[in-house]
Amino acid sequence: MSAATDTVVPEAPVITAAGYWTGVLKRFSRDPVAVTCAVIVLLLILSAVFAPYLGLDDPYKASMIKRLKPIGYPGFPLGTDEQGRDMLSRLIYGGRLTLFVGLVPVVLAFFIGSAFGLVAGYAGGRINALIMRTVDVFFAFPSVLLAIAISSALGAGIVNSLVSLTIVFIPPIARVAESATASVRALDYIDAARASGGGALTIIRVHIIGNVLGPIFVYATSLTSVCMILAAGLSFLGIGVRPPEPEWGLMLNTLRTAIYVNPWVAALPGLMIFITSLCLNLLSDGLRSAMNVKD
Amino acid sequence: MTGTPLVEFNGLKVKFKGERTVHAINGLSLSMQAGETLGLLGESGSGKSVTLKTLLRLLPPRRSEIEGEVRVNGTDITTLSGRALSAYRGGEVSMVFQEPALALDPVYTIGDQIAETVMRHKGVGRFAAMEVALDMLNRVRIPSPERRLKNFPHEMSGGMRQRAMIALALACRPKLLLADEPTTALDATVQIQILLLLRELQREFGMGVIFVTHDIGVAVEVSDRIAVMYAGNIVETGTTRDVIKNPRHPYTRGLLAANLHGAVKDERLDAIPGSPPALEEPPSACSFAPRCAFARPQCLAGLPPVTDLGAGHSVACVLEQPAFS
Repeated sequence: MSAATDTVVPEAPVITAAGYWTGVLKRFSRDPVAVTCAVIVLLLILSAVFAPYLGLDDPYKASMIKRLKPIGYPGFPLGTDEQGRDMLSRLIYGGRLTLFVGLVPVVLAFFIGSAFGLVAGYAGGRINALIMRTVDVFFAFPSVLLAIAISSALGAGIVNSLVSLTIVFIPPIARVAESATASVRALDYIDAARASGGGALTIIRVHIIGNVLGPIFVYATSLTSVCMILAAGLSFLGIGVRPPEPEWGLMLNTLRTAIYVNPWVAALPGLMIFITSLCLNLLSDGLRSAMNVKD
Repeated sequence: MTGTPLVEFNGLKVKFKGERTVHAINGLSLSMQAGETLGLLGESGSGKSVTLKTLLRLLPPRRSEIEGEVRVNGTDITTLSGRALSAYRGGEVSMVFQEPALALDPVYTIGDQIAETVMRHKGVGRFAAMEVALDMLNRVRIPSPERRLKNFPHEMSGGMRQRAMIALALACRPKLLLADEPTTALDATVQIQILLLLRELQREFGMGVIFVTHDIGVAVEVSDRIAVMYAGNIVETGTTRDVIKNPRHPYTRGLLAANLHGAVKDERLDAIPGSPPALEEPPSACSFAPRCAFARPQCLAGLPPVTDLGAGHSVACVLEQPAFS
């Protein structure tokens, strides 16, 4: 037993064994830019959700007398639009549809695209070729063009623009998922999992998903801003949300004629889109560095 | 030497197809008894790792072609599939990898990873599996195991990770442990600790160990028997004592001479000239002949016959044939 005592390693310094997500939260909270953006995005979402309880003016109530009033006009802190509707109320109510149309396609595409990418990356060979070449066909079109083409083929409306945007975002997510899966699959711990008797399903579920979900998730958050802009673009072109619904892209379109009369008010929906997408991008950057364990 | 051998290779051939064909293993025959430690010694590309991967059926099925027989405890494992294969991997045979930093999943704690394997093979609940994991960490002498159980691989040092890897491999009490250069990625002081630990655990659990290494010192330290591999075949096997004291094959002699112990400053080191063959064609003569100082015309005429020198010592070299002695 002398060998046993020889091999006892001296007590190592205490390393706190905190959970993964606790660590992520800790690193995230040390990043002031990301935290600020998170707060802004949270405020935007909360104000959109609770818009009816904020005591705002009716966003549909028009007034021919009070058209295109400037910012700071009594009773209308952000002025009025071309039909005399309260801009503040319309911007906050507009957040509901804009954020909804910006988030839902990405969430749907996240699940569908990840599933395609995981299967393609894990199976390899012919299955990979079949899935990824199909994805490449969709990839060949610029995303705006593809969104417009599918939307106009399906006809205007919120549901149709959700469908078309989902289709637009499946290829890039599938591609990221496939390359992440393929690189994880070649690593020793996948061999080790197979060597300890794990079946293909267990390995995908436990070891592959566990390791690729982070990068795919971060990539998907960065797509939400693109999606929001595309959705706004579709509404701007008249194939997304229909008037008189308040939606930032649509508002930008209808106010564009007023740009010489009251440029500040006309720019407001664009400013909202800009702020939201900027915050979402910086937020996803912050998440990326907070979730990167290895360094 | 009684009963069924724990592992028995019978004329194993492994060929990789692809842009270029590689005949990685060429007619390997070898057997080992239960509870024995076999050192598989050879330079890079001699087929050591391929042999281990064949034993675990880890080679990519589409690109590799396996011929011959591999029996573990009497069962031919080349035909296993599905559930039987899953039970065999990790249950009967498990493996310690060369690079513990890569062989542990970075997103799960050590405890979770050990418990996952235990739950799969023993069909026990999570709580019981965690108990097993804790016990295993104790056995591989990881200090403060309760806390280490909740550590992620990146929170541990290299030596500690290799201990965790060993705990993971032994959690289901396999009959055979495959160790693929488990100390190569570690520094020298940690190396010897891991070797001692493996030897102790081998005695404690009474399992067979195949220990792959290119370091002859390591092979001598841990193994009962040594098999020397060259170009996808065994050129010499025997007890560690026989192979070290009385090496018969010129390649084994070269390996033994090519160490730095007793090297004199400013004098040329002994090295084996040349490099191993590319193996794009299956060998039709002695693969070592082009590098061999004792090569004869007969060496190139055909595959070298295997000569049994008694006591389990055998050599594949024409020079050992009675005609030459």
